[in-house]
Amino acid sequence: MSLLDVNDLCVDYATPNGPAHAVSHVNLSLEAGEFLAIVGESGCGKTTLLFAIAQLLTYPAAFTGGSVVFNGLDLTSLSPEELRQRRWRDISVVMQSAMNALNPTLSIGEQLADACRAHTDWDGERIAARSAEVLQMVSIDPVHLASYAYQLSGGMRQRAMIAMALLLEPQLVMMDEPTSALDVVAQRSLMRQVEDLRQRLGFSVIFVTHDMSVVSHFSDRLAVMYAGEVVELGSTRQVFDQSRHPYTQGLMEAFPSLLGAPRALTGIAGNPPSLVEPPPGCLFAPRCKYVFETCRVLAPELVDREGHATRCHLVNPVVVA
Amino acid sequence: MKVLGALGRVARRAINFLRRDKKAAVGAVIIFALALVAAFPSWFMPHDPTAEIYTPGAGLSLNHLLGTTSFGQDVFSQVIAGTRESFLIAMIVGALTTVISVVIGLSAAYSGGLVDDGLSLLTDVVLVIPTFPLIIVITAYVKNASFWMLIFVLVFTGWSYGARQLRVQALSLRNRDYLLAARARGESGFYVVFVELLPPMTSLIVANFLSSALYAVLAASGLQFVGLGNINDQSWGTMLYWAQNNEALATGLPLWALAPGVAIAILGSGLALLNYAFDEIANPALRPVRARRKVVAA
Amino acid sequence: MRFLVRRLGFLLVALWAALTVNFFIPRLMPGNPAEAMMATFRGHVNPAAMHALEVAFGVNTHESLPRQYIAYVGNTLTGHLGNSTSYSLLPVSTVIMKALPWSLGLVGITTILGFVLGTTIGAISAWRRGGALDSVLPPVFIVISAFPYFWIGLLAVWLFALTLNWFPLQFGYTETTVPALTWGFVGDVLDHAVLPAMTILITAIGGWILTMRNNMITVVAEDYVKMARAKGLKPRRILWQYAGRNALLPNLTGFAISLGFVISGAILVEYVFNYPGVGFMLLQSVQDQDYPLMQSLFLLITVAVLMAIFLSDIATAILDPRTRSSS
Repeated sequence: MSLLDVNDLCVDYATPNGPAHAVSHVNLSLEAGEFLAIVGESGCGKTTLLFAIAQLLTYPAAFTGGSVVFNGLDLTSLSPEELRQRRWRDISVVMQSAMNALNPTLSIGEQLADACRAHTDWDGERIAARSAEVLQMVSIDPVHLASYAYQLSGGMRQRAMIAMALLLEPQLVMMDEPTSALDVVAQRSLMRQVEDLRQRLGFSVIFVTHDMSVVSHFSDRLAVMYAGEVVELGSTRQVFDQSRHPYTQGLMEAFPSLLGAPRALTGIAGNPPSLVEPPPGCLFAPRCKYVFETCRVLAPELVDREGHATRCHLVNPVVVA
Repeated sequence: MKVLGALGRVARRAINFLRRDKKAAVGAVIIFALALVAAFPSWFMPHDPTAEIYTPGAGLSLNHLLGTTSFGQDVFSQVIAGTRESFLIAMIVGALTTVISVVIGLSAAYSGGLVDDGLSLLTDVVLVIPTFPLIIVITAYVKNASFWMLIFVLVFTGWSYGARQLRVQALSLRNRDYLLAARARGESGFYVVFVELLPPMTSLIVANFLSSALYAVLAASGLQFVGLGNINDQSWGTMLYWAQNNEALATGLPLWALAPGVAIAILGSGLALLNYAFDEIANPALRPVRARRKVVAA
Repeated sequence: MRFLVRRLGFLLVALWAALTVNFFIPRLMPGNPAEAMMATFRGHVNPAAMHALEVAFGVNTHESLPRQYIAYVGNTLTGHLGNSTSYSLLPVSTVIMKALPWSLGLVGITTILGFVLGTTIGAISAWRRGGALDSVLPPVFIVISAFPYFWIGLLAVWLFALTLNWFPLQFGYTETTVPALTWGFVGDVLDHAVLPAMTILITAIGGWILTMRNNMITVVAEDYVKMARAKGLKPRRILWQYAGRNALLPNLTGFAISLGFVISGAILVEYVFNYPGVGFMLLQSVQDQDYPLMQSLFLLITVAVLMAIFLSDIATAILDPRTRSSS
């Protein structure tokens, strides 16, 4: 049984012009110890998907269908109190900007103790010991338990967030663009730290980012999202080296290669479609180089071939009987 | 030219906004109606407000919609007549304090350095000193403060809150790139402040105008109520003064005392509703939310 | 601590400004009302007090303006505030002490109560967005805040005192009784305080409810509140320690400004109810042209407001660790 099964997940945002389909019928599964990266441009729905899985959506986002099954238990069927009790112990979250994700008026130590007190009956000593332990895991001196968020550097804050995420030894850590606010050197250092901890402690990771290159060295599997749908899904090497979906190929071509001859970079012309009134057929059709008539009429399904799934008529021709 | 274009855009947005937000529409209707009464009181007054020829102490009747005073004057006509002065005080004080706030707030934010420090200190000191007691002291010496004296005193003490708010917002905008681009193009400081910096602050400036007007109405009527205004003026505050001094409540003439207060409240509500609606423009998160039911997965 | 020292410095500057304004107002007024007033004093007041009054009002002195100013500041800071013309030339400080406890009780308690209740209700109404509280409160309080304070007082007088006869009409205690520290007297005082207190509370609370609600809405949308939910903290803890604590901070800074409104309202409420507090005394002194008393009351009110502001600064320093560092 997989650790996490996301089935047919749908999320809508309420807008003055009607509901915007931010996440459409997403299916994913994750095994224990696996590192799944979800990649896509701004507005593709990846962060919404992350929060939907973690059951953290707030108005105007609303969950409109599907299920999230964790260790055999459907999270969407739990009451708010049942859900609250499982949080942080099973699944924890690392957010994008630690400066914004840490309460400015409570010390780091108090915020760590918060989580412990909410889910365990540990006494003060044990909480302090564990807090110091997780800080040391991310190379932060435990003296900073008394510090406040504004007193730490950007990189330190982000690492403190990761430490907080590991407090109760969760099985899954979800990360929402944790490296976006850091410089390149700090990024690499953070990724190595995460990987190192993952090897030692064995938790799974779902990592959302718009920057493929950051995550490609560390992820086991890669999912590419566009306009609320998963358009390609497979092992990292498959998606990277043998990209099948035209969008993924477009993304690849936009990155320069470290090795090899210099070449002109290309972008993908056009803009993402409206999520309130999406075009009929394939959502990527308006921008696709290889578009043909079927694409504009029939929406393609996500079809799996040997662990590498693609949502494209070109790759999975529809047989008209 | 550009300024006119910007004003046109603002006007169009304002009208669209009023159509959508009920609170703002109600507020706007109230203000408009009161403006009409203030401009043409004779259309609405059934009787001469100062004539003391009617039965004193009469209750409600068709002839005297709100009864009469203990001097025999028609209360309803007095309320109508009082609209002009109270409305004018609100608008004039609102406008003058807003102009001063904008000038001081924007100059402080734009100039920075010592000028900013000095202006900010001045603003904060004026802000912190309790204004109503100060106004009482000033008008006590002046005795029977006239309409313009009242306006002067209210403006003199009321500009500081707006100046502070505007300075804060201007500071947050000051370093935006488009302003630096304008300076790099060689545009004069005047241009940068009034054509580039001002338009995004419009809703805050309007909100300031409305809250200053509201403050002016309440403060002016308070001063007149205790007799510090000119007690022979026709205004809601002076009506309250005469009512209180003639024991209107105790002698069974409650309408004489309560009616002008309701009128003040109507003007005040109109301003406050519009003000609240403008807060919601500036911060969309404040807009009304319908409680949503939890969606259960199929 | 640098934060508090800076704030204290600022408040002292404000106090100095108030003193200076107080000094100049009588000198700038046409027709020198001070002269007429001084004439009534001559011969009735001891020389030291006479001198203090002359200095305060710039009458009959042959000294230069700066020397007058210094003498005035010195006199004020040492409590030589002059003598009251309407209270048989008693020293102003004595007269003020009679009214001070009444205002401290009425205004002090209702302000604190209003602030605490207002911010609590505002926080809760924002926490349950879309709930009954949230839809009803804003328009209701917008309308209430548009009513002049004193009019609500008049309404209360008419409705509860005159018509329903539930509470006394005016004064701080029944006129015919002698103040004494007995339960009966205390009960009488409380009885007389209900309507004025209720009036101040109703009009003042709206502002605090609305600003707290607006702050809360902004704060609840912040990432650290989402983070707190993700951590699975109990909702109550999130409401108070994460959202409320941070939403309160701008409110505390705004406390200074709203205090000005509460004071002005309280003065008028005391007037409506003939409540023997500082505000009522101020208005009486205007009518009696008792300038020494009037100006001293203004200074007193200013000092009280500045002290309240400083207390809220202390509260901010306690709640917000960012103020404790030198940023």
